[in-house]
Amino acid sequence: MTATTHDFEGPVFAAQSTFRAIMQAIARPGSLQSIEGLKDVPAPLSGEAAAIALALFDHDTPVWLDPELARPDVAAWLRFHTGAPVVPEPALAIFALVGDPAGLPPLNAFDQGSAEYPDRSTTLVLQMAGLAEGETLVLTGPGIRDNQAFRAAPLPDDMAERIAANRSQFPRGVDLLFTAPSQVAAIPRSVRLKRG
Amino acid sequence: MYVAVKDGERAIENAHTLLAHERRGDPQVPGLSLAQISEQLALAVDRVMSEGSLYDRELAALAIKQARGDLIEAIFLLRAYRATLPRFGMSEPVDTGAMTVRRRISAAFKDLPGGQVLGPTFDYTHRLLDHMLAGDTAVAQPQSVPVQADAMPRVSDLLAADGLIEPSPQPDASKPVGDLTREPLSFPAERDLRLQNLARGDEGFLLALGYSTQRGYGRTHPFAGEIRLGEVDVEFFAEEVGFAVPLGRITMTECQMINQFHGSATQAPQFTRGYGLVFGHGERKAMTMALVDRALRARELGEEANAPAQDEEFVLSHSDNVQATGFVEHLKLPHYVDFQAELGLVRRMRADFEATADERLAIQEAAE
Amino acid sequence: MNAPAYNFAYLDEQTKRMIRRAIMKAIAIPGYQVPFASREMPMPYGWGTGGVQVTAAILGPNDILKVIDQGSDDTTNAVSIRKFFAKTAGVRTTTDTHEATVIQTRHRIPEASLGEHQVLVYQVPIPEPLRFLEPRETETRRMHALAEYGLMHVKLYEDIARHGHIATTYAYPVKVDGRYVMDPSPTPKFDNPKMNDCAALQLFGAGREKRIYAIPPYTKVVSLDFDDHPFERYRHDASCELCGAADSFLDEVIMDDSGSRMFVCSDTDYCETRRAAGPALDSQQSEGAHG
Repeated sequence: MTATTHDFEGPVFAAQSTFRAIMQAIARPGSLQSIEGLKDVPAPLSGEAAAIALALFDHDTPVWLDPELARPDVAAWLRFHTGAPVVPEPALAIFALVGDPAGLPPLNAFDQGSAEYPDRSTTLVLQMAGLAEGETLVLTGPGIRDNQAFRAAPLPDDMAERIAANRSQFPRGVDLLFTAPSQVAAIPRSVRLKRG
Repeated sequence: MYVAVKDGERAIENAHTLLAHERRGDPQVPGLSLAQISEQLALAVDRVMSEGSLYDRELAALAIKQARGDLIEAIFLLRAYRATLPRFGMSEPVDTGAMTVRRRISAAFKDLPGGQVLGPTFDYTHRLLDHMLAGDTAVAQPQSVPVQADAMPRVSDLLAADGLIEPSPQPDASKPVGDLTREPLSFPAERDLRLQNLARGDEGFLLALGYSTQRGYGRTHPFAGEIRLGEVDVEFFAEEVGFAVPLGRITMTECQMINQFHGSATQAPQFTRGYGLVFGHGERKAMTMALVDRALRARELGEEANAPAQDEEFVLSHSDNVQATGFVEHLKLPHYVDFQAELGLVRRMRADFEATADERLAIQEAAE
Repeated sequence: MNAPAYNFAYLDEQTKRMIRRAIMKAIAIPGYQVPFASREMPMPYGWGTGGVQVTAAILGPNDILKVIDQGSDDTTNAVSIRKFFAKTAGVRTTTDTHEATVIQTRHRIPEASLGEHQVLVYQVPIPEPLRFLEPRETETRRMHALAEYGLMHVKLYEDIARHGHIATTYAYPVKVDGRYVMDPSPTPKFDNPKMNDCAALQLFGAGREKRIYAIPPYTKVVSLDFDDHPFERYRHDASCELCGAADSFLDEVIMDDSGSRMFVCSDTDYCETRRAAGPALDSQQSEGAHG
């Protein structure tokens, strides 16, 4: 076997470290993981969301853009760098990029997967202003030792209800990634909300 | 004395050195060239290309040489290499109707447009060992005739003109052609994926299944409508130029089985189809693929499906010899841990058995 | 014929993305088997291709990799896989359980408890726990969808009726976070309790069967049992003759042709660490193990 090719190591290692941050985020819901955002991406796409796109999207993953991000230059950037087709309906998307999380569509507008194949549901990537403000949600469930506090802003007022409703149809349901400058966190469908 | 299983790395390296030595055999005997394998063991090369899903005679010859003639090992080598190749896209479907035919026979019609062309076949050879071949004797020059263009329509097309045979089942054009090397197989599988699976499937496994349908395990009343061997063009639709550009020519063997079908409540009796297509010259494989393809269409045609060859999950899950050989041979790997756990259980169960032996004896005596 | 140049950790980036997406969904749905388009690897199916693909998809240049087979770093297949990654990814390898960030394993879970910085990658031959009861994928998939696991309980109960106890010693089925019944891979049932509430992420790769599944950290993993026949761990009733451990899973080694035997730790790093720490410990000093 010959040596590995070194020309691609920059992007190869960037994709790997971004993925590991995402993997840790999903494995430990609500925890903050650091990722490196990309520079020079078309606004309002965030550098962190762009890094996630490069790590996970390709022509096998239809992407839905919320109205905030559904701009020709964002779509063109994604198509050029990832090859992912942009689809008009959230229910057709493997990934959804949400630039205006306060205006997040209902979670059941996205592909929920089926009882036989729950893995075929949409993964949402929400660009947050920050992960230190907003209503505190207390998370429990797989990946969480006792419980985990989680805050993100801006989000719809009824976000807790939406997350609970998403959990109630487990194993079907969507998975949520939240990005902020240099950070990523996740609320996969397995998360339960602690009341009170 | 207790000897730990240490020095695994050195043991592996030594084994590899020994293997390379054995592969070469007696150094007094000249080494095989890839051209010799490709030219003189051509059918082995064809099989390796077919089941290895990669059309490259030179690589297949190399694989056969490296595998010491173990064709399943050679297929595995080619598959593993194939998995590392970049994928630029899909070719246009090859047109076997436009094949430059070297062999073409039909068992359904005595004569037909284009005629029967026997071509290079073992079929009517007497299987007597030819001791002359032990040396390198010259062979006679074969006769050749010029290629007749457009003179060899497919038998199935001739029958289809009268509606006697079902139209070739058309795929849903809105759906992309499946590829089980890119998407894991899920059931029920459509015919595109079934055919791909069979084309990659082990010749011996499919041969046995096809044979079983002839012996009554899922009878399909087959006729070899046509078997053709020859060269076809491969074309690739290039987005940049907006038309299909030729990539080259490859040898293929196609078999169209014609199967009796009594019809159903909604369909008039007519003939149905079973299809086989393989790289290179592989008639046995193409025929048996066609038999099994037809058997697997039982559900779609509303037939009873009780036989092994009609069982889609069974056939498709076990046809791949690279998967099969890996899992069978993995029994060579250490299983100390599981075995120790089982050993403990068997001892415990034997002890229980001994402990209750008297009891059982008493019960037996009482019963007598 | 050009000699191919392989990517970091062998797999091409498109394949890694596909596997990474499967891993994400696997973690989000604990215990559910995600189908993935397993590639042909340069080692045979059944020899760890699933684990190798998972490891290749997560591995980075800063990882420290440990590979064990039957608990041992020195068995030939463990050596072979470790060498593969040393060559294709240039990562540091180790036999030290604590030092490793990624541990690929076949048939054992290390004795030492794992930490939050670690990922345990299992090689899985048959990922479907219901397969031996129902060979059809279409059926087992429906059973998982409906959480219809009665058949599994019936099978275990038949064992009890026939043998007086559950006669499954390895690949003992578990239920993950109260939902999916999962195959722990052919680890001895002695190892099952280590999966519960484990600080490390556990990933499972089945290459030939094209499935990836996961147990997130701190997840409830329960071995299936009955109130009147609770799950029991099993190990040989002996201590390791090398390190004296009375709490580890033991390999029985045949010493000569007259039937003498000795017992040694299956986990070689655990055994060596204990021996390095001091003179062979008396078995009484280890904790009881028949928990």
